[in-house]
Amino acid sequence: MTSHSPGSPHITIRGLTKAFAGVPLYDGFNLDFARGRITSIFGPNGCGKSTLINMIAGLMPMDGGQVLFDGKTLRETVIGYVFQNYRDALFPWKRAIDNIAYPLVRAGMDRAAIDARVDELVTSFDIGFDLKRYPYELSGGQQQLVSIMRALAPRPEVLFLDEPFSALDYEMTLSMRDKLQEVFHATGVTMILVSHDLEEAVYLADHVLMLTRRPTRIAEVIDFGAPRPRTSATLSEPGFVRAKAHALDVFQREVRRAP
Amino acid sequence: MHHRLDALLPLAGAILFVMLWWLLALSGVIDPVLMPAPQDAAVALWKGFADGTLTHDFWQTVWRTVLSFVIATAIGVPLGIALGSSSRVYAAVEFVIDFFRSTPASALFPMFLVIFGVGEKTKIAVAAFGAALVILFNVAYGVMNAKKTRQAAAHVMGAGRLRIMVDVTLWESLPQTFVGMRSGISLALVIVIVAEMFIGSTDGLGQRVINAQMVFDMPLMYAAIFAAGALGYGLNLLFLVIERRFVHWGGK
Repeated sequence: MTSHSPGSPHITIRGLTKAFAGVPLYDGFNLDFARGRITSIFGPNGCGKSTLINMIAGLMPMDGGQVLFDGKTLRETVIGYVFQNYRDALFPWKRAIDNIAYPLVRAGMDRAAIDARVDELVTSFDIGFDLKRYPYELSGGQQQLVSIMRALAPRPEVLFLDEPFSALDYEMTLSMRDKLQEVFHATGVTMILVSHDLEEAVYLADHVLMLTRRPTRIAEVIDFGAPRPRTSATLSEPGFVRAKAHALDVFQREVRRAP
Repeated sequence: MHHRLDALLPLAGAILFVMLWWLLALSGVIDPVLMPAPQDAAVALWKGFADGTLTHDFWQTVWRTVLSFVIATAIGVPLGIALGSSSRVYAAVEFVIDFFRSTPASALFPMFLVIFGVGEKTKIAVAAFGAALVILFNVAYGVMNAKKTRQAAAHVMGAGRLRIMVDVTLWESLPQTFVGMRSGISLALVIVIVAEMFIGSTDGLGQRVINAQMVFDMPLMYAAIFAAGALGYGLNLLFLVIERRFVHWGGK
């Protein structure tokens, strides 16, 4: 019987194996993701950060191994996924509001329940733009916000975010980080965030998963326990600076290591 | 003031063209029997539509073109979806389809004459055949190049293979499908006009053009050519408008 307290293992990965063109990327990889925490994944280029979450989310086949969510398979689990490229991930033929409702329609909810859930999301996100618009009529940040709302609509157990802010400008990135923290505070959903920005990876995370070059292993898991909500002031606090410096050390050590 | 004139720029070319034609006819460099003045052609056009002869030909050509196009769409769209959704099937038949698409449809007239006989059927069959291949190719291309991220997004949200096809891939292929339909109807018109000229026709704009030429009724010939041109332009414009309406999100 698994414990459901925050911090207990939520996703367990055992013996994960994946090779590309005969070159092993993951070979007997084991990992637990903590429940109700934000875990960010950081590592050298080509270590397979996105590949890892894509395999967990069922977007890419594994060669071998097992991934369980509280002992359940992916099929039995509701997940959400926010893609890096919101422009290619939203459905431009649907209005923003219908994009958000899509996973609910797929789940077979009736119209009234869908409307109620969408209203609830709109209220909690406190958005200041018209959701009757089409995605291409919205700014990049607004589109990614719609993506996040769409991913959260079916109340997922786990939310995957693949470099969600990398296509946004810095100003928008800062406000989106705040938004994401609010969402996390309100829902407590387990989040797994792939980031290529070390500052962001540490700032948002409870745990920073540092990966090695391929064949990929865990270099280190760095815990960052600063209280939430974190603000721009967090970025200059000693605890953050230390955690980030340590993460950078681990990263550079792994980058220099001969492949 | 500059901008107000700019809006009229497209007209300038047309006016220039008619002026040049008029001057050329006036100069008498070219035999007036071969090249009547534009106003003579305009009068012939007016008369042709007023007494109903050109009107009848015009609608006959429209009818044949639209019928060919409808048949081509009914064949090309489902086949294109089927081909596009399997890269292996596509790889197997790509060469054959590309070959026939590259074969001038007019070269197929004799073959279709043997199959369908001299009459309506052959004209429509050849036009439908040519247009169907163009539509099929474009639909297949659109389906194959559907954004993988959108399909992945639908997959994560619990859509199965068939659902992804209906909810994402078909929508994704729509812009390219419209390109195919627009090219298809243009090609159908070309083939129908040629068929009307040379395959035992008693009506249609193609037949009117070649008949007028044979009896040296040049104003009528130019009038019929103009009617065919206006038809082609109009069909293209109609499809662009429909496209903009239904695929407003295309390329975005």
